[in-house]
Amino acid sequence: MNVERRVVDGRGLQCPRPVIQTKRVLRELPHGVVEVTVDNEIAVQNLAKMASQMGLPWSSQTISEQEYVVEIRVGSAAAGGESTGTAGSVETADAETAAGAAGPAASDSSPQASRQHSHGTSLSSGAADGGPTVVVLAADRMGEGDEQLGRTLMKAFVYALTEADTVPDYVLLYNGGVRLAVEGSDCVQDLSVLADRGVEIMSCGACLSFYGLTEQLAVGAVTNMYAIVETLLGAGKIIRP
Amino acid sequence: MVADDVVFCKGGGCTAKLGSAVLEAVLAKLPQQDDPNCLVGFATSDDAAVYRLTDDLAMVQTLDFFPPMVEDPYTFGQIAAANALSDIYAMGAEVKTALNIVCFPETMDLNILGQILLGGQSKVTESGGVLAGGHSIQDVDVKYGLSVTGIIHPDKILTNVGSQVGDVLILTKPLGVGIINTAQTVGEASAAAVAKAIASMTTLNQAAAAVMHSFEVHACTDVTGFGFLGHLHEMLDDRLSVEVDAAAVPVLAEALDLADEFMLTAAAQRNRNHLEPFVQFDGVPFAVEEVLLDPQTSGGLLFSVPEAQASAVLAALEQLDLPSGLVGRVTKRQAWEIVVR
Repeated sequence: MNVERRVVDGRGLQCPRPVIQTKRVLRELPHGVVEVTVDNEIAVQNLAKMASQMGLPWSSQTISEQEYVVEIRVGSAAAGGESTGTAGSVETADAETAAGAAGPAASDSSPQASRQHSHGTSLSSGAADGGPTVVVLAADRMGEGDEQLGRTLMKAFVYALTEADTVPDYVLLYNGGVRLAVEGSDCVQDLSVLADRGVEIMSCGACLSFYGLTEQLAVGAVTNMYAIVETLLGAGKIIRP
Repeated sequence: MVADDVVFCKGGGCTAKLGSAVLEAVLAKLPQQDDPNCLVGFATSDDAAVYRLTDDLAMVQTLDFFPPMVEDPYTFGQIAAANALSDIYAMGAEVKTALNIVCFPETMDLNILGQILLGGQSKVTESGGVLAGGHSIQDVDVKYGLSVTGIIHPDKILTNVGSQVGDVLILTKPLGVGIINTAQTVGEASAAAVAKAIASMTTLNQAAAAVMHSFEVHACTDVTGFGFLGHLHEMLDDRLSVEVDAAAVPVLAEALDLADEFMLTAAAQRNRNHLEPFVQFDGVPFAVEEVLLDPQTSGGLLFSVPEAQASAVLAALEQLDLPSGLVGRVTKRQAWEIVVR
């Protein structure tokens, strides 16, 4: 089947303009894919919010710090699997909209304020076995022993996570673990890949502040002890390397 | 017409405020000063600074300015002034003097500047204060606001953070002006919606503040750029929680329609990102979420009173035609700081 593609260039435009332009194109297009290029991540989040509200699957890709591409599927392109994106991203994006349509009860286990953050690839495992999977990174190195080896192992661990078939729902970083998510860390790129796969990356705000790294946070969101406790209590599985 | 005026009005009002996360990071780096007479300073991210002059007199100082968010310069002046004066009211204080702060392009018609300043002065006069001077510089874009000084008895200061378990929260203006202003810049807001937003933004918080003085108010702030939930979060001070009754929050109905049409601002999304760890929405419609996060320009007062006094407060506000609501209940700290139902 031929999928009609429409392109919206939202670079240089302030919100809500890229969102409004995309909305107009989506409403004209019964079936197809709308590809929107924007120059900031907030615009990506706003486009994602709109797509989720419309019940349309979407995915996003970071080209550079000033270039992001969001794809939104409509009509048969939303239902079908063929596309430039991975099959997984389409399926799970549908799962997300289905969860939204089923009402708030369906997603009680995850912080609802954050649902616009979930990329099209999230909720792959969800609450199937009693609660979300949480990976806790409480230090910037893995295991006891040589420090350098510990750092290398941690980098390898985070990379291996990105390659896993089923990614966790959350990666929680606290104490020295927050160093992994700040500028200059070897793990930022892999954590970003996880974020793109729908993993919520959450760093402890007090810890960032303690190490003077608040401004250097390069991936994911800031969280607090209450949310950490809530996330751990609600977890189906907690993995601490 | 929108296109012609685009230089005057682009993404203005409190939408232009720096994100609170960014701001906190910068402010944390400033050296702390320790003066026992500085009763309210940086520490609590409050609305205004308060400095004790004598045992029964303190000075309240605030500064607010921003780019235009409406087409008409006189109206912009009024809104900027109502917004700046509001911080004095949010501290429970009385306005005394105001100074203009102006950025204005050399090439632009000076009559526009004249209209802005006239609009500003009209609100300072209405507040009972005196416009006593100001400072202006050339800039590529228009910005206007005021630094306002007020007075208060040092024992009567209303900070953001005095709420107690068992209090209820009252909001004295409808939410949604940010969404309507934004929709106007892309030509999607109705004239009626814009008129309602302007009427709300030009209303001084003076009368609402006067009502507060008859009751046992534990904390107060005004709702501006961080949105209703952002300012509510600041009030809770990491020690309390609030259950927000979304249906009771006064809202401009057109703002909900416009949110459903995806008038999504960057500032509202920044507010959402910042508040994500603290807020749980429980079955709240999308448009309501957006309005609760919408940056307000010259928004209402949000204050905390014991539940027993709530109906009398609301009755007094209603008499003044202020569209208010009992928007939430203060509880001890829960898993989520703010739950919106």
